[in-house]
Amino acid sequence: MEYWEFHVGRADRRQRALLVGSAVFVGLVIAATLISKGSTGFQWIVSGITVGSIYALIAMGFSVIYSSTRVINFAQGEFSMLGGMLMYSLSTRGGLPPWLGFIFSVLIVTAIGAALERLTIHPMRDQSVITIIIITIGIAIALRAVAKWIWGTDPVKIASFSGDSPIRFLGAAVVPQSFWVFGFAIVVVILVFLFFNRTLLGKGMRAAATNSDAASLVGVSSSTSSLIAWTIAAAVGAAAGIVIAPINFAGYNFGIMLGLKGFTAAVLGGLGSAPGAVVGGLVLGVLETITAGVFPSGYKDAVAFLILILVLLIRPQGLLGRAEDVKV
Amino acid sequence: MLRVEKLSTFYGNIQALREITIRARRGNITTIIGANGAGKTTLLRTVTGLIKARNGLVIYEDRDITNLQPNRIVHAGISMVPQGRQVFGDMTVAENLALGAYVRRRKERAEVRQDLDMVFGLFPVLEERRKQSAGTLSGGEQQMLAVGRALMSRPRLLLLDEPSMGLAPKVIQSIFKTLHRLHEQGLTILLVEQDAKIALETADYGYVMRTGRVALEGPADELLENEEVKRIYLG
Ligand SMILES: Nc1ncnc2c1ncn2[C@@H]1O[C@H](COP(=O)(O)OP(=O)(O)O)[C@@H](O)[C@H]1O
Ligand SMILES: [Mg+2]
Repeated sequence: MEYWEFHVGRADRRQRALLVGSAVFVGLVIAATLISKGSTGFQWIVSGITVGSIYALIAMGFSVIYSSTRVINFAQGEFSMLGGMLMYSLSTRGGLPPWLGFIFSVLIVTAIGAALERLTIHPMRDQSVITIIIITIGIAIALRAVAKWIWGTDPVKIASFSGDSPIRFLGAAVVPQSFWVFGFAIVVVILVFLFFNRTLLGKGMRAAATNSDAASLVGVSSSTSSLIAWTIAAAVGAAAGIVIAPINFAGYNFGIMLGLKGFTAAVLGGLGSAPGAVVGGLVLGVLETITAGVFPSGYKDAVAFLILILVLLIRPQGLLGRAEDVKV
Repeated sequence: MLRVEKLSTFYGNIQALREITIRARRGNITTIIGANGAGKTTLLRTVTGLIKARNGLVIYEDRDITNLQPNRIVHAGISMVPQGRQVFGDMTVAENLALGAYVRRRKERAEVRQDLDMVFGLFPVLEERRKQSAGTLSGGEQQMLAVGRALMSRPRLLLLDEPSMGLAPKVIQSIFKTLHRLHEQGLTILLVEQDAKIALETADYGYVMRTGRVALEGPADELLENEEVKRIYLG
């Protein structure tokens, strides 16, 4: 499996070919869009990168939990949904300044993520991965039900962090919230990177992902790793959900789509790979917005599913992932 | 120091350890020899909590540590050099050693630094290669790193699983010389080996394992003279 390193490692031939092929494909799509649509096309690409940054963060949530526990957390999108909804209650309705609303929402969702791990995942730690994945589906359904009960079924509009008057940027009109999204995405990616590469706790989790026995023998506890992974995934997911909510609205069932898109991005990049999550998210975001511009908007969401199916059929380990090590 | 009493471990329905009883005395080097598949690795993995025992006891310093989680075992003062070294290949030598001190990460910073110097004193080549990724080391260097990593938790009991595996005779000699030095400094060692000769020459006391049982035991110099041991394991 790919580890939490921000280098791709020695790519094999096939992998390099696929990478180059995909890069060329995405590049051609972007070029064609720019040439045929001009500044409108550029606009699409900017919003593609915006939403792609969000998919990248959600994909990182999937990857952190996957690489520590081999579990695919189907409640990942719900963390983003909760982040957005809490932001609505605290800031848009509650009147807290956005930065305070952001901090409180992230803290609450992080606490929920950690508590869910302790109450539902930890007691089942000796069960099979499949059992735990099914539990995460249960968690997702429960969180959605609670959100529906608290906030109702209508999507809500969340105030932007710094107004809605577009900023001219290289000939395109970009909403200020997009810059918040870029900024947060970059900060979150850097923080996660620093945790996994600069702290002993994070290195221990990477060690456990590559060789769980050897990591146990130096004292890394799989139970602690699982708790930390869920905590990080909840925090990152919440931050993503909060910063995108002013652009996309928020609603009790928005976690499903965000989760599926984030999962697709993670699979595209290679589950467990942090750089893969970023690349996968951006590629998916850009392809999706361009599709939405060119085809009837109903096809937009199909892009993610098409990519998901293609990747699972052709290259299950994703663009940047390595094939699962053969057990010796 | 370590007592294993009638320990039985299963892989599914297959019994790999059959009521095995061994003892590692404080300050001694105790060795367990035996053919491939005898259950030596299973024994060490059960002691360190990587596999659960079905029956029996593991007593360490008069404390029952049977089936504790591996990190609890490390905290208790037992450290293992696993079979096949299992260094973290994509991390540097320095990071591997830092991870060896994982359980001491919050306190004892000064002591950890001292221990790092101690490990570099034992294996100067590790200091030269500290920034190199562990996967690029030679087999012998990886074995040294695995031993160094295990020492970084400052164990009182060191378990080693076939440290000679796949290494050139010269490298094996140097590793065993280091084990001798650690023994002289008071470390208790439980050494699992397939290379019966070097193991018995190094150890104070030995056990011979066969199909999950102790087939023979005795002071190492007596085992070296034992006809059966000579025929099967030294022959
Ligand atoms: N993971 C495993 N699953 C099933 N059987 C195993 C496993 N590991 C070891 N065994 C079996 O247990 C027995 C003891 O193996 P092991 O402890 O590795 O022996 P040794 O270290 O003495 O070579 C062998 O018969 C081996 O085939
Ligand atoms: Mg073995």
